[in-house]
Amino acid sequence: MATSPRAAQQKFEPWTDPDAKPYVRIEKITKKFGDFVAVDDVTLDIYKKEIFCLLGASGCGKTTLLRMLAGFERPTSGKIYIDGVDMTLIPPYERPVNMMFQSYAIFPHMSVEQNVAFGLKQEGLRKDEISQRVNDMLNMVKLGPFGKRKPHQLSGGQRQRVALARALVKKPKLLLLDEPLAALDKKLREHTQFELINIQETLGVTFVVVTHDQEEAMTLSTRIGLMNHGEIVQVGTPDQMYEYPNSRFVSEFIGSVNMFEGRLTDDEPSFVRIACDDLEAPIYVDHGVSSAPDATVWAAIRPEKITITREKPTEADNWASAVVQDIAYMGDMSIYLLRLDSGKVVRVTQPNAYRHADDRITWDERVYLHWHATSPVVVTK
Amino acid sequence: MIARLWRLLPGGRSLVTSIPYLWLLLFFLVPFVIVLKISFSSTVIAMPPYEPLLHWTAEKVMQIKLNLGNFAFLVEDNLYWIAYLNSIKVAAISTLFCLLIGYPIAYSIARSSPSMRNILMLLIVLPFWTSFLLRVYAWIGILKNNGLLNNFLISIGVIDQPIQMLQTDFAVYVGIVYSYLPFMILPLYANLEKMDLTLLEAAADLGCKPWQGFLKITLPLSVPGVIAGCLLVFIPAVGEFVIPSLLGDPGMLMIGKVLWTEFFNNRDWPVASAVAIALLLFLVIPIMYFQRAQDVEAGGGLHR
Repeated sequence: MATSPRAAQQKFEPWTDPDAKPYVRIEKITKKFGDFVAVDDVTLDIYKKEIFCLLGASGCGKTTLLRMLAGFERPTSGKIYIDGVDMTLIPPYERPVNMMFQSYAIFPHMSVEQNVAFGLKQEGLRKDEISQRVNDMLNMVKLGPFGKRKPHQLSGGQRQRVALARALVKKPKLLLLDEPLAALDKKLREHTQFELINIQETLGVTFVVVTHDQEEAMTLSTRIGLMNHGEIVQVGTPDQMYEYPNSRFVSEFIGSVNMFEGRLTDDEPSFVRIACDDLEAPIYVDHGVSSAPDATVWAAIRPEKITITREKPTEADNWASAVVQDIAYMGDMSIYLLRLDSGKVVRVTQPNAYRHADDRITWDERVYLHWHATSPVVVTK
Repeated sequence: MIARLWRLLPGGRSLVTSIPYLWLLLFFLVPFVIVLKISFSSTVIAMPPYEPLLHWTAEKVMQIKLNLGNFAFLVEDNLYWIAYLNSIKVAAISTLFCLLIGYPIAYSIARSSPSMRNILMLLIVLPFWTSFLLRVYAWIGILKNNGLLNNFLISIGVIDQPIQMLQTDFAVYVGIVYSYLPFMILPLYANLEKMDLTLLEAAADLGCKPWQGFLKITLPLSVPGVIAGCLLVFIPAVGEFVIPSLLGDPGMLMIGKVLWTEFFNNRDWPVASAVAIALLLFLVIPIMYFQRAQDVEAGGGLHR
């Protein structure tokens, strides 16, 4: 690898390095339950020390894929390699992989210590080594004083950390986390997210996380794999997924977006212009698009990338006039729902940068929307 | 004013909770007190065949005559000891066999598909649709010398002389295990069926082969079901009277039969009552102690 150690520290992007070897390789994996195809021909490379999030709505196949990595389901076809070894037919109890279950699956008849020591005893380690490792792990997840407690004496957050400790203490090559934060309340979830990242960085374990919560995926992951109907729709870093979605589905799933359907009227290598029935002015985008000449395209514009003004923009492109239909004050920002003359409602968010704004835009006002030529993302499917 | 009066009346909640207490009072505590009373009196040839505990002397003084002789008699006569110990032995061995047969059945039903489970559980309770007495009688037809089992064994050539099975301990064990097996399976099934199967996946994930997962997770978590099943089999089996009378050796001493003999043949109601009270204490004290130990250990965690 050509990068200097310092550069590597700043940027962790093994997927951009053509020489990097994937740590987990999922190769053309398909899983059918009867006629139902849960996972459809998925190929995916995950690199060492990544936090890879499988994101998708319920029933999209993300959990099935995770369970195949753990060994609980056998793929109908395809292969799974972990650290270069074919794991496809290896049973779960012989895989160098541990899982943190959504329900935590903590053994109710054992104390916290016994739960964490369970996997180490199974390996047949010496007693003093087991208690050493259990203690270290409990301290790491801040459960040091709770070792003798029974699971029913713990809070939800503490149980979550027992489950994490029990899986991590085995020093797995790969840690699988099934909706790790779903059962926690919002404040605790935010806090735990960062704790999870810290632990992962300290131990250097590769994480694969399944979640339906796009916010969770954005904060946790090095890369996201968005799934729909058993297929991986797009793989990318959180900012790639947000700023460069490859389809309407991706841009709508991650964050909110305003979608304008239209046709290309100018199709040049350095810019395009899109005529949209909902807008008086065309959309001008400052880069080329690869699309068939007469095909329908969609311009996706994020709510925070649109500004609201009272004066009519002087430009020929990239504006619209609208009436304020609704305003939701969120504290840090406000959400405006604006109705275009065509009836389409556009969502715009504006930060509340000033405490005293006497001249705020208000309900039923006629306003103009404007966005920059770099803002729209043009997608063709 | 009316509202205040209304409040003095018992509410709906206390009415509902009082039903089991009322039931236990009427059908358990009152009969128990009567039996206890008889056990402290002495026999007379009269109707009823025992002396009253309380009676008024000519000077209108209330006299209580407590006869502890019945209990002393139980301790002195070897017959009762042998009968108690034999009953406990028979009940214990039967309970063990019920557990060994019932656990795999309950386990496989609990792990079968949900639609199958209901059918299988229906089949387990199906024998209850026939009278208990008839089912025990049927075993006579199976076990007797020219019965189904002996004829079958002779016809396939395993034996050429019928084996004496009826009126042996073997027949009593068969009868008790057969009759009480559903009482073992039902609580075990209820326990195993509600077990969270992801716990077994977690065990496998942490390195347990399936049989290790069973020993370390399923078995310890099913202990409350095992205890409930064992108590449901053991307690009635100790006092069992019908099965040893119909299937067992007439000379076999079991406490249920001793009770019957004292009561009907000897017409010694006080001793019969003392036998019953002693049996109750024999069983209740260790069971209460055991359940308390269980509750302390589980700390409520297993019964969530």
